[in-house]
Amino acid sequence: MAWFKKTKAPIVPVETKKVKMPEGVWRKCPHCNEIIYAKEIERNQNVCPKCDYHFRISARERIALVLDDGSFTERDATMQSVDFLEFKDGMRYRDRISAAIKKSGLNDAVLWGEGTIDALPVVVAMFDFSFMGGSMGAVVGEKVTRAAEKALENRCPCLVFSSSGGARMQESILSLMQMAKTSAALSRLKEAGLPYISVLTDPTTGGVTASFAMLGDINMAEPRALIGFAGPRVIEQTIRQKLPEGFQRSEYLLEHGMVDMIVRRPEMKSRLSQILRIFMKQ
Amino acid sequence: MQFYLEFEKPLVALEQKLNELRAYSTDEVDFSGEIEKLEKKAEKLRREIFSNLSRWQLTQLARHINRPFTLDFVKHIFTDWFEVHGDRNYRDDPALVCGFARFDGEPCAVIGHQKGRDTKEKVYRNFGMPNPEGYRKALRIMQMAEQFGLPVFTFVDTPGAFPGIGAEERGQAEAIARNLREMAALKVPIIVTVTGEGGSGGALAVAVGNRVLMMQHAVYSVISPEGCAAILWKDGTKGEEAAEALKLTAHDIEKLGCVIDEVIPEPLGGAHVDHEAAAEMVRICLKKHLDELKQLSPDELREQRYQKLRAMTIIKE
Ligand SMILES: [Zn+2]
Repeated sequence: MAWFKKTKAPIVPVETKKVKMPEGVWRKCPHCNEIIYAKEIERNQNVCPKCDYHFRISARERIALVLDDGSFTERDATMQSVDFLEFKDGMRYRDRISAAIKKSGLNDAVLWGEGTIDALPVVVAMFDFSFMGGSMGAVVGEKVTRAAEKALENRCPCLVFSSSGGARMQESILSLMQMAKTSAALSRLKEAGLPYISVLTDPTTGGVTASFAMLGDINMAEPRALIGFAGPRVIEQTIRQKLPEGFQRSEYLLEHGMVDMIVRRPEMKSRLSQILRIFMKQ
Repeated sequence: MQFYLEFEKPLVALEQKLNELRAYSTDEVDFSGEIEKLEKKAEKLRREIFSNLSRWQLTQLARHINRPFTLDFVKHIFTDWFEVHGDRNYRDDPALVCGFARFDGEPCAVIGHQKGRDTKEKVYRNFGMPNPEGYRKALRIMQMAEQFGLPVFTFVDTPGAFPGIGAEERGQAEAIARNLREMAALKVPIIVTVTGEGGSGGALAVAVGNRVLMMQHAVYSVISPEGCAAILWKDGTKGEEAAEALKLTAHDIEKLGCVIDEVIPEPLGGAHVDHEAAAEMVRICLKKHLDELKQLSPDELREQRYQKLRAMTIIKE
């Protein structure tokens, strides 16, 4: 096997400078396709400086964005979902939960707690789309419900920032019931004369839209967010025609009277503060 | 209209034979012995088939074209019925019928999804899939029931909300959400019966109640098995597997212990073989629950409904 001894020079991969971007330093905007310095996007509150595209952000980033620094106290941080149906598609639900916890560093798709906006006490619930697409099972429903109940107890406003693909199928009928449970809690808030503000961010669809996300005294949307009940693909398949341009985007919902206003992320906190002070007569 | 599901077919053959024998025995030949034997055989077979139905077969049964629909229940259970129409904003929605009637002699409101049996009526009823106007009409009727102090009976049987451009444009999400919030606060008894398909938000929009009952062969789910299969299995034809995973039958949901209050039995062979008998079983159950709810004050009714929803929580803390 002498011929084998003569080792060839190892093949050195040719540097492909034009494709390879150092991980995390540059980001491509999915809307305008520009390659932008990641730090610049971050400094701009995760909004594309070229086209104003609002990148999806985590619940923690959202908290930092709208609440006063250090004012947030999280509640029920350890609450987790249970695979009570032993649901299995390609993967067991219990394994999906574990994987999502590991990947996202969160225990489920919503964080809730108390904090302040310009010193005004509020209760907030924040969705995190990175946890199973922000889907609503019993944990999400329970946290949103407890947020509304806490606001009632504290006599303060309640805010929910939604970003969700809808109900979590792996919890079947119980996930559907969370729509009714959360809406019932909001009915008590309304009766008590306390403000509830729903902020709809990209994307908010399905059972989340058809419950607390549409029930705000003020429904506020981020620009160009996808907001709807039925998914665009399902509609397209049902009616067998192309959907109109801009269908189910924030601007379309504003035009059709379903949201009160579209607010850009940099103005979000000051706008919330202004509205809450009017409703709380401060 | 004659229509049989695949698993009903062995029974149909037996029934046909029985009918032939019955027709012949009017002559001098006596087949009564054979008829009796065959009747016993049919009964045994029916029992066998119906005690071993898969979740997918039960889903098909829940969708059976001859299953009693809301207006069939109205005919057999209520008196003095008159239908009312329209949401006062846009139009009437024939997929969700609303009206007033008497139950056991006492005035009440009735709301329910309505499907069609022949092609023309199916289209007219939009296959039982409401548009936003349907939910808004239902809410108008529920608030009227509150105004007059009448109990509300709802009958749930829909594949789901209609996924159309117009339905989105006119805010079906808002219409469903508003119903959920307002039903939670209603000051009169609400008794919900899932009679066929309880399909997602389109069902829930009229299904927040002090009591939620399910007929034995009804199904209730967050998404149709086909829709679930399309998303999780990436294959809409895998409905059978999705139905198993979703655990959507009355028996499954009863086992959860927090979603429904009672399963209403059906005649052997399913509600579609005998509408009158099926409706009577529903009537008895409604009567029992209404009598219990009559003992509660308006505030107690709201509190009971709220606590019922509050208990729908299976989590790890
Ligand atoms: Zn951009």
